Amino acid sequence: MKRFLILLKNEGRLSLRDMNMPIFALAMPLVILAILGMLYGRTEAATGAAYTFLEQSFGAVCAVSMCAGGLMGLPMVVSDYRERKILKRFRVTPMSPGLLLAVEVAMYMLYCAASLVLCAVAAVCFWGVRLPAHPAAFLGSWLLTMASTLSIGMLVGGVAKDSRQAGVIASILYFPMLVFSGTTVPLEVMPEAMRALMRLFPLTQGIGLMKRTFLGLQAQALLPVCVMLAVTAVCAGLSVRFFRWE
Amino acid sequence: MENAIEVSGLSKAYGGRKAVDGLSFRVPRGTVFGLLGANGAGKSTTIDCMLGTKRMDAGRVRILGMDPVRERRALFERVGVQFQEGDYPGGICVGELCEETACLYRHAKDWRALLAQFGIGGKEKRIVKSLSGGERQRLFIVLALIPGPEAVFLDELTTGLDARARRDVWAALEALKAQGMTLLLTSHFMDEVEALCDRICILKNGVPVFQGTVEEAKAQCGCARFEDAYLTLSEEGEKHT
Repeated sequence: MKRFLILLKNEGRLSLRDMNMPIFALAMPLVILAILGMLYGRTEAATGAAYTFLEQSFGAVCAVSMCAGGLMGLPMVVSDYRERKILKRFRVTPMSPGLLLAVEVAMYMLYCAASLVLCAVAAVCFWGVRLPAHPAAFLGSWLLTMASTLSIGMLVGGVAKDSRQAGVIASILYFPMLVFSGTTVPLEVMPEAMRALMRLFPLTQGIGLMKRTFLGLQAQALLPVCVMLAVTAVCAGLSVRFFRWE
Repeated sequence: MENAIEVSGLSKAYGGRKAVDGLSFRVPRGTVFGLLGANGAGKSTTIDCMLGTKRMDAGRVRILGMDPVRERRALFERVGVQFQEGDYPGGICVGELCEETACLYRHAKDWRALLAQFGIGGKEKRIVKSLSGGERQRLFIVLALIPGPEAVFLDELTTGLDARARRDVWAALEALKAQGMTLLLTSHFMDEVEALCDRICILKNGVPVFQGTVEEAKAQCGCARFEDAYLTLSEEGEKHT
């Protein structure tokens, strides 16, 4: 546990010094929230709806930091360490792939949690967003969405040949998910054909569940929960099993 | 005497070209073994295969009686390694790199004392990148010594160090050897090899052309200086081909 915390502390410091993640995982979700807030303010999501547009979008805003960490930050850091032979040096120590990946995942979880708190405070203070009546259900779906997104990052980071390959895969995953899974552009404003396509992205499932639990709506949780659990288990397992040191 | 390192029949080829071919040697505990040869002779490949960072095509390696691939984590609690191309995350400072390395081991040495011993004490807060080449080299030797290892691998030990720093590093390694530590090193400096190594192996195109002591090498070639003997042995046969 001590070694985990020391590694986490060091990785966290390095990441803060680098400034990429503070911008993409902390500032960007806030900026998106602010834009939506300024555009829609306290208007209701649809005529007669019991919730505002911003309340409806809050789950999607939470996913921005997950995408930044899981689909960009995590794979880029690990593959950069591989390319620069830092993993080779770790290989001749008692370091295990599981420990290294767990430290990275924990760090990006902290970013996501910080982003969640920042966005919630801003949304409540400036745009009167009401927090969910059942926070446990929302936090559970938030946790699952985060775990499944980060596990995809573990897999890409764990097995990509070099940082160029990781960068390409990360971009292929990051940008479509960011644009098309309802993270930045709410699902509701898309045409029906596009919405059908978007439901194929695993993140869309998570965002949908976060949205419904945030709003306290009836949620058909079984399918999204199973999909996300399966993605997490498979990706995390494969990343440790097929971890590439070099 | 018990052997700390045993290598037998180690072979490795890259796409049909043999980098190391049937190399065997033993390093008794508490001795210093020098792996010599020109660039491209197979030294780094040998070290990589021995440590399991490259897969060997054939052969058997035992370090402290353990298999470096199957018993990796247990073995590297007790073995320190300094790679030639050792790198570190950009922006990390000396203290963080040492702390991060130390936390991986169950019985880590006091890295502040090691930094001081190698003349880079008080630089904990410096960014590793900002150190001079010699300071960085010594930092990587410190990292290899943090586990309190029974055996240490040092690739290109003192490249980039000035004369004073080299002597200091030698003295520190002599002291560790006196405490029973086993060393395997590669070097291009024959004075260093002569000062430190109990036995040497000279590689040429992946094949050992000489194994023995420095004195034996000099005697075999009839040279007074070891560097001449090394050049004779490592270039032997080239005039005839």
